[in-house]
Formats: sequence, C-alpha cells, structure tokens
Amino acid sequence: MDLGSLLNALILGVSIASIWLIAALGLTIIYGTAGVINMAHGELIMLGAYSSYMLQFYLGLPYLLCIPASFFIVAFVGLVLERGLIRYLYNRPLDTLLATYGVSLVLMQGVRLIFGSDPKYIAAPAAFSSNISLGFASISTFRVVILGVTALLVFGLWLLFYKTRFGVQVRAVMQNKEMAASFGINSGRIYMLTFALGAGLAGVAGSLFGVLAIVLPTMGASYVVQAFLMVVVGGGSLAGSVAASGATGELQSVLAFFTNDTFARFIIFVLIVVFLRFRPQGLFAQAGARR
Amino acid sequence: MQFTRRNLLKTTAAASVAIAAPHLWLPSEAHAATLKKGEPIKVGLLFSLTGALAVPEEDSTLVLQYAFDEINKNGGVNGVPVEPVIVDAKSDFNVYSEKTKELILREKVIALFGCYTSASRKAILPTVMQRDHLLYYPTCYEGAECTQNTICTGPLANQHSQDLIPFMVEKFGKKVFFVGSNYVWPKESNKNAKVWLEKAGGELLGEEYIPLGSSEFGPVLGKIRDAKPDFIFSTVVGASDIAFHKQFKQEGFKVDSMPIASLTTGEIETRAMGADFGAGHFLSAPYFQTLDNPTNQKFVEGFLKSKYGKNGTTHYNMEETYLSAYVFKAGLEKAAAAVGVENVTPRSIRDNSGGIRIEDAVSPEGLIWIDENNFNTWLKPKIGQCQADGTFKIVKAADKQVAPDPYSIYPDAGTCTKDGLKGPDGKVRKNVI
Repeated sequence: MDLGSLLNALILGVSIASIWLIAALGLTIIYGTAGVINMAHGELIMLGAYSSYMLQFYLGLPYLLCIPASFFIVAFVGLVLERGLIRYLYNRPLDTLLATYGVSLVLMQGVRLIFGSDPKYIAAPAAFSSNISLGFASISTFRVVILGVTALLVFGLWLLFYKTRFGVQVRAVMQNKEMAASFGINSGRIYMLTFALGAGLAGVAGSLFGVLAIVLPTMGASYVVQAFLMVVVGGGSLAGSVAASGATGELQSVLAFFTNDTFARFIIFVLIVVFLRFRPQGLFAQAGARR
Repeated sequence: MQFTRRNLLKTTAAASVAIAAPHLWLPSEAHAATLKKGEPIKVGLLFSLTGALAVPEEDSTLVLQYAFDEINKNGGVNGVPVEPVIVDAKSDFNVYSEKTKELILREKVIALFGCYTSASRKAILPTVMQRDHLLYYPTCYEGAECTQNTICTGPLANQHSQDLIPFMVEKFGKKVFFVGSNYVWPKESNKNAKVWLEKAGGELLGEEYIPLGSSEFGPVLGKIRDAKPDFIFSTVVGASDIAFHKQFKQEGFKVDSMPIASLTTGEIETRAMGADFGAGHFLSAPYFQTLDNPTNQKFVEGFLKSKYGKNGTTHYNMEETYLSAYVFKAGLEKAAAAVGVENVTPRSIRDNSGGIRIEDAVSPEGLIWIDENNFNTWLKPKIGQCQADGTFKIVKAADKQVAPDPYSIYPDAGTCTKDGLKGPDGKVRKNVI
C-alpha cells in the first residue's frame, strides 16, 4: 500500500460521490420542495437510459445530444405524472408513497413489454472508453464526464434556486405553502415545475448510467436506495445531498481500498443508521415544518 | 353418485383418514402424477419472467418451449405431445417454492424444469425431495450436492475451470486476480479454480467479491491496477458483469495485456455491453453459438426463426436448457419401456436416466451423457475468445468428455452415488444439499 494508490482511491471517491449525487439530485428537488416521497425515482432514471437508447438506436442521435434530450423526455413524463396523479395527493404523504410505488411497477413493466427484458446497449464516443493518467493518478474519462455533468447541474440548480425569481418562489412555497399563496404565488404551478425538473434530472442520470453500467428495465432499483439514503442523510436540501454524497463516496472508496467492497458497504450502512439515530432532523424536522 | 348411507359412510371414513394422517395422504397424491392415456404429458417450467432474474431465465423458458414444439412436431414422446405449464417465479424465492407446490400438486406435472441461481434451487429442493419429484436443473452450478431428485445438464465447477486456468496461465502468465459476485456459486467456483491454479503453478494475487447487482467497479479495478496480474479470472454475474467489462475498458485496462477469463460472459452479455468492450476476453463453456457443426446450425437457425427467437441469439445457458428437454424425452421413453406408460412416475424417470446419451445429431454442443451415479452431465468444456462482432472464436476444446464431480474439492465428503452420498465410513446419506 503506497501513497499513490491511496491518492487514487481518494480521486475515485470523488467520482463515486458524483455518481451517488447525480442519482439523488432529482429526488432531492422533488422531496425538498413538494415533500413527495417518490418511489418511482429509480424508474425515472431507467426511463432516461431508455430514452437515450431509443434516440440513438432509432434516430441516430449522437450520445452527447442524447443526454439533454433525455432530460426533456423524462421531464415531460414527470410533468404528466404530476398533473395526472401526484397533484391529487400532496396532503397525503403515505398515499404518494404507495401511488409512486405503483407508478414504478407500471413503468418497469411497460418498458419490459415494449423493449423486452434483455439488456440494451448505448454507444458512447470512443474517447469516453479510455482513461486519463497523470503520473501515478489515473481515472477513466467517462467518470470525469459524469463528475463534470454533476458539477454543472449542481451549479445550475444553485443559480436557479438562489439567483432567479422562480427560485425565490420555490423557496417560499417550501417554507410555507399557504403564506406563499397569499402573496400570489401559484404553488400548484411551482410543484408541477419542480417535479418535472426533478424527473428530468433523473433522466440525465439514467443516460449516464446506461453507459457506465447497463440498460435494463430493473436498473432503477439499485439506484433508488442509494438516492434515498443521500436525501435522508442530507435532510432534503441541495447542500445536504452534496455533503452526504461527498462523505459517502469517499468513505466507500477508501474503505474498499483498505478492506473490500462488501465490507465497505456494510460499514457505510451502519454509519448511516448510527448517524440517523443521533441526527434524525434531516428527514423529520423538515417534514414537520412544512405541514 | 347416489347419496346412500353406505356411500356417505365410506366417504366420511376416507375423509377422516385423510385428516388424521395428512402426511400419509399427500405423498400418495403426489405419486399420482403419472401419465394418463389420451392426455398430453405435462411438465412444469419454473423460471422468472419478471424481476432481476428475468434476463437469463426468460430465455430458458423460450428455448424449452422451442424444444418441446420440436419434439411434438416429430411425434412427441412415444406419440404423446408434451405440454409445458409455464409459471412466473418473479425472481422471488418464496414464489419459487410456492409455484413448485402448485405445479406438483395441482397441475400434477411429471417433471419440473427450472431455476437459474443456486439460491432458488436450494429454495425448491426440499419440496421436490419431499414429494419425490424430479427437477431438471439446466445450468452450470457449484456442485457439493447429492440429491436423488435432480438431473443437471450444465457444467459443474470442476468441468468449468479445469482447462481454462492452465490455458490462461500458459498463454498470459502465472499471476491472476479473482473477481466474483458475492454469493455461493462464485466462491465455490473460485475454490475449484484455486486447485487448478496450484497445479498449473500459478499465483493468486488477490480475490475480491462484489455485492450482487452492484455496478461500481472503481475500487476493485484500482486494486487490480496495483496488483498487476497477468490475467483476471471472473465469476461476476448478470448486470454487474456488463458493468465490469465496460469499466475495465473505461479505466484504461488493455485486453491484450490483461484479459478477463470468465465463466459467465456469453453471447447475451457481449451483445449488451457492446462488442468493443467484450472483444478479446475469454469464456469457458460447453457451447458457443459459433460451434461449427450441422446440428448447431440447425438449432441456431431454427430457434432464431421461430416465434421464440426474439432475443436474437443463442448462448450456453440456453443450449444446456435445450438439452434438458431431450434428456427428459429419452428418460421418459426408457422409463415407459421399463415399467409401462401407466406406471411412469418422476422417480422411475430419474431411475432410468443414468447413462442417457444425447448424440451429435441432436446435441448442438456434441455428444453428452448423464452420469450414472451423480446424474450430472459428461461434456466437453471449450474455451472461446470474444471477437469484434460479439461472437466467440473457439480457441481450445477438450478432446474428450470430462466427468462431472460434484465433490471435487471436498474429497473427504465422499462420493455421490445413485442412492445418496457415500461417505468415507461407507454410510450412504440420501438427499444431501
């Protein structure tokens, strides 16, 4: 074990963190704003991957254009979902949980019926399937791409929430829906747009994960758990999710470096449980303030 | 039926016996799963059509339907058509065991074809053994089991790595790194591989296991980079395997200097990962789609053209499953000749299946036969190298069939015989799982 390898593990940790974060971004927005526990988040990620696959396979769109296109396609799906179902359930958190779980099953089975259950393939530019070496440090180009997209999205969201009129409205609705409404903010519209935004972010994550790993109807299930963990640990805020993902990613990489992958995950889950035992505010305090 | 006092008494008496001794009643019900004149032969297909295991298992269902269609078209079994009863096990081990009972008790099937993972097999075996029924397990597994109710048509761990490890050591070097999914089959396969590695004079640099379904290979690839092995031996399965091959290339590893020798990465995986991620790596299997013989050409063309061929490829697991249908056909014919069609039971099929040969004209992978003691399959393991188009070029084939040995790494446990596991003390234990 030398210093170079440890440094590599730390760099990899940043990359793992960005993967955890981009999976959790959409969920953070939806949960943080509307308080909807969106169990279909994983399937929105899956839809993002299938959107990219479809655009590339049937329309021949280059991969780099598929990423933003997936954002709009899945955002549209989110919009329809919100208008058709979620908006009737805003005051019933447990019902949204069940309803979105149902939606996740419908989406998964629907995709299976249309595309079959065998894995699909998204082609990425050849430059993405190599690595960057700087002395003893080495990282894959595609991981750098994911890191870049994540950083861009986080920066964009920060601008949107803290530097625009829309952002002020969103934060007002988050803090007190009725009071915001009495100042003339259409909270229904805010919820609709943030839900679509959150869904679109899941779509971007999906189009990236499709290249990093695999495109399958069931692929969402593995990401939704870690996304929820980040949101719960982070407390539902953007900064919280960034911090939680950063810590978890580094921990996973460094622990896996010293022990092994399975043990690293075990330790992370134990740490999260212990953390939530002493700081449950993240989840419950926010929900209490909103309602 | 007239409702007389006598009839009523008889029925009540029978019912009370049944209630008093259900454990006597039910097994005889199960044995009633014999063939009836003028009715098709019912077999149960127990695979997951939905959920995480659907990727390999849906193909198994499709290829079995194709096989039984083919058998029926050629006159069925002794002139009687086979009717598969298809159920969805939903990738849930409780459902596997529920559906097993349903198929045996309600559908009264004469045999079961099912399972892909060892976990699901272990979930249903108690039921299968209790009812003295018959399971065709059509895929590779780790062995270390000796039941009197299964017939396996896939390679055992000892057949899988026997040729692959020496081949890789000779061609690429002595230093190897093991990567596997974290469950029983990869661990047992790696124990086997270590035996062959030691014989070949190789050196194990590290052994890592990834949680099942995980797609994060960054840390493992980091360790492999530090260890600098000559090749990687992989028992990573399913979606993880595809992520592994993709990230291997994305992290800058070169297939020429450090190829992956896998027990799992077949045609279906290489297509899903994109051929440029699979090209150059090695696979050990008894069957490849590119096997050059007329039987295989007929199988590939026939299957892909049929209504079951929508996935667009054949692979080793499908071929092993396809063979199990013909092993069943041969076993049933032999049993019918031995005890008479009316008296055929799952037990008599199994008792008559030892030594069954599936000849070159039927078997796409070439001649195989069922071992008379442990009821696994004698087959020729082959090594293929993935090409740029996702198919495999066969670079080595065993020159003769290799014996299946479920206890190859546990010689102290004894040997598996027809009647059970014969320990070193001479005692025979039935149904060891």
